[in-house]
Amino acid sequence: MKTIVVHNELITDPAGMPKLCPFGAIVEIDDDVQITSGCRMCLLCVKKGPHGVFELQETAENRELIDKTRWKGILVYIEQHGNHIHPVSLEMVGKAHELGAKCGQPVFAMVAGDALTMVTGELLTYGIDRILAYEDPAFADFRIEPYTAALEDAIGHLHPAVVLVGGTNNGRTLAPRTAARVHTGLTADCTVLDIQQQADLDQIRPAFGGNIMAHIRTPNHRPQFATVRYKIFETAHKNSKRGTVESRSLPPQKLVSAIRVLSQIPKGAGIFIEDAQVIVAIGKGIGKESAIGLFEQLAVALGGQIACTRPLVENGWMDPRKQIGLSGRTVKPKLIITCGVSGSVQFSAGMKSSDRIIAINTDTDAPIFKTAHIGIVGDIFDIVPALLERIASDSQRVATSANASPMGRS
Amino acid sequence: MTIVALIKQVPLTSEVALDPKTGVIQRESGETKMNPYDLYALETALRISQTHGGKTIALTMGPPQAEAVVREAFAMGFDEGYLLTDRAFAGSDVLATSHALSQAIRTLGQVDLIITGKQTTDGDTGQVGAEVSEFLGIPCVAAVQQLLEISETSITATSDTGTTLMTVRVELPALIAVDKDIHQPRLPSYVRMKQTEKRQVRRITLADLPDTDRTHYGLEGSPTQVVKIFPPESNTDFALWTGVDIPGRLYEYLQKEKFLQELA
Repeated sequence: MKTIVVHNELITDPAGMPKLCPFGAIVEIDDDVQITSGCRMCLLCVKKGPHGVFELQETAENRELIDKTRWKGILVYIEQHGNHIHPVSLEMVGKAHELGAKCGQPVFAMVAGDALTMVTGELLTYGIDRILAYEDPAFADFRIEPYTAALEDAIGHLHPAVVLVGGTNNGRTLAPRTAARVHTGLTADCTVLDIQQQADLDQIRPAFGGNIMAHIRTPNHRPQFATVRYKIFETAHKNSKRGTVESRSLPPQKLVSAIRVLSQIPKGAGIFIEDAQVIVAIGKGIGKESAIGLFEQLAVALGGQIACTRPLVENGWMDPRKQIGLSGRTVKPKLIITCGVSGSVQFSAGMKSSDRIIAINTDTDAPIFKTAHIGIVGDIFDIVPALLERIASDSQRVATSANASPMGRS
Repeated sequence: MTIVALIKQVPLTSEVALDPKTGVIQRESGETKMNPYDLYALETALRISQTHGGKTIALTMGPPQAEAVVREAFAMGFDEGYLLTDRAFAGSDVLATSHALSQAIRTLGQVDLIITGKQTTDGDTGQVGAEVSEFLGIPCVAAVQQLLEISETSITATSDTGTTLMTVRVELPALIAVDKDIHQPRLPSYVRMKQTEKRQVRRITLADLPDTDRTHYGLEGSPTQVVKIFPPESNTDFALWTGVDIPGRLYEYLQKEKFLQELA
């Protein structure tokens, strides 16, 4: 049991103590300093406070250490629908190969569905050592209970050290549900994954919603669950190594669900900013809703799509599907131009792998300039209209030129 | 029908910086607000209770000052409110938080529907709802965009699976996570705030839970541990453009890099 004890007798500046805690969990009442239930055990007061005042006390515990040698391999949950593997799953396979090679452990995959022959055939081309296939009409649509039962069974069967799940809507429900069932830790939306000996997984993600990264470990639980958003990692390469496919079935009571799917319709195409080659991203700096049109013009002029930061969605100015960031979509276009975007980690995490990043912002210190390749300190309402004018006059010139030959983008 | 909304108090601003010298987190202010996504959960609960009757309960976990978000729920029209608070919960990760919340829900008697928001703005993970549903052994449906039908025994809802819109009927009790924009949240009413000034936000502490084993909560009950926090890396491939005719320079760049060719 760990707890922080306050040694009030050592405090010379009681009123200064509350400032040590970023979570407001240190309170001072009549020179008596206390820690409230707002404490997150970040231990900053222990590390940064006056010597000896905040002491971390650990009572002797008989916590059993798990036997990590019993848990081996990286298991990837493969999300599929209608014989189509979600590309994020192949990105997870790519990462699993990298992690597996580093710690000398195998790569596993598990997939559930009502007809899996095509999917398992495709999976075999990616050099996965063992593929578990759960084929049953109960898996036709994603329903949480049967899918959790399947992933739980795969974990019980394979004893993997790590479980990777793509951070799709379904994955973000399945991973926590299964992690809770097998009573282990889960780190969502990791942006970096690395692995140590005994397959200890280093999980890195932005924390506290702000410009801070947290390095997280799951020291004494297996398996270690992590979800990663689409387009964060590189997709797996085809590999001539052939693994095996094992069909597994679950007892009927495990397939029961309180959820009945009445209908399922595909969402409209063409609205996915993930697919855009060019993106114009707007943020709070545009100031007012009526300014959006200007940036839409730029997006159209570049043959791209418009996207935005979270505050614009929260204001109700933009469709949530246009939101870039950890709580929105991850994009990797050839070019992204950010206009009036300050660049929180939560935003940057969703676009920093873009090929070229041009940031326009009036604030020289805006964090977006740490992510950008080209930083322009200036007013978007001067630069963008002038740029549009140049493009318009040029396209007129080109349109009248007989020699103009359209070329595809590289 | 008894409906529980799970809500959270979050920092007013997400703009947090790390002092590069001391490694201490700096927040602009200690100000807080209701997690904006929770407003949709609260609104959904209120609408269901208005059309189908039943009791609405707001439940939050946090420090004593988190009582403020429960008061806000009162001002929106909630009947009852609970604050789950104890130093034993300090340092809880997703698993320990979900366990604590599910334990607290078990003390509330018969609950038919639990509603959460999509995620919080300080953790951004959106995982607690699914874990709570697992600990309670009830079904969960995430990304709910629309409620189509509500009865005493089931609700019918449309959920966004990412690539499809799936309409499901789920038997109660159940947990749903509603998306933003499912309903426009009402504003807290001043009159109701005054009326509920004296209404008690009931405290639930570790001692009140069915499972009182401290090692299941807080840092001890959390499988994940933060090893360290650090500022994000910055990019080394960077050019700062200043001076005159930025639009012209940008235009040349876009043309050189072939981003303008399709216009021809």
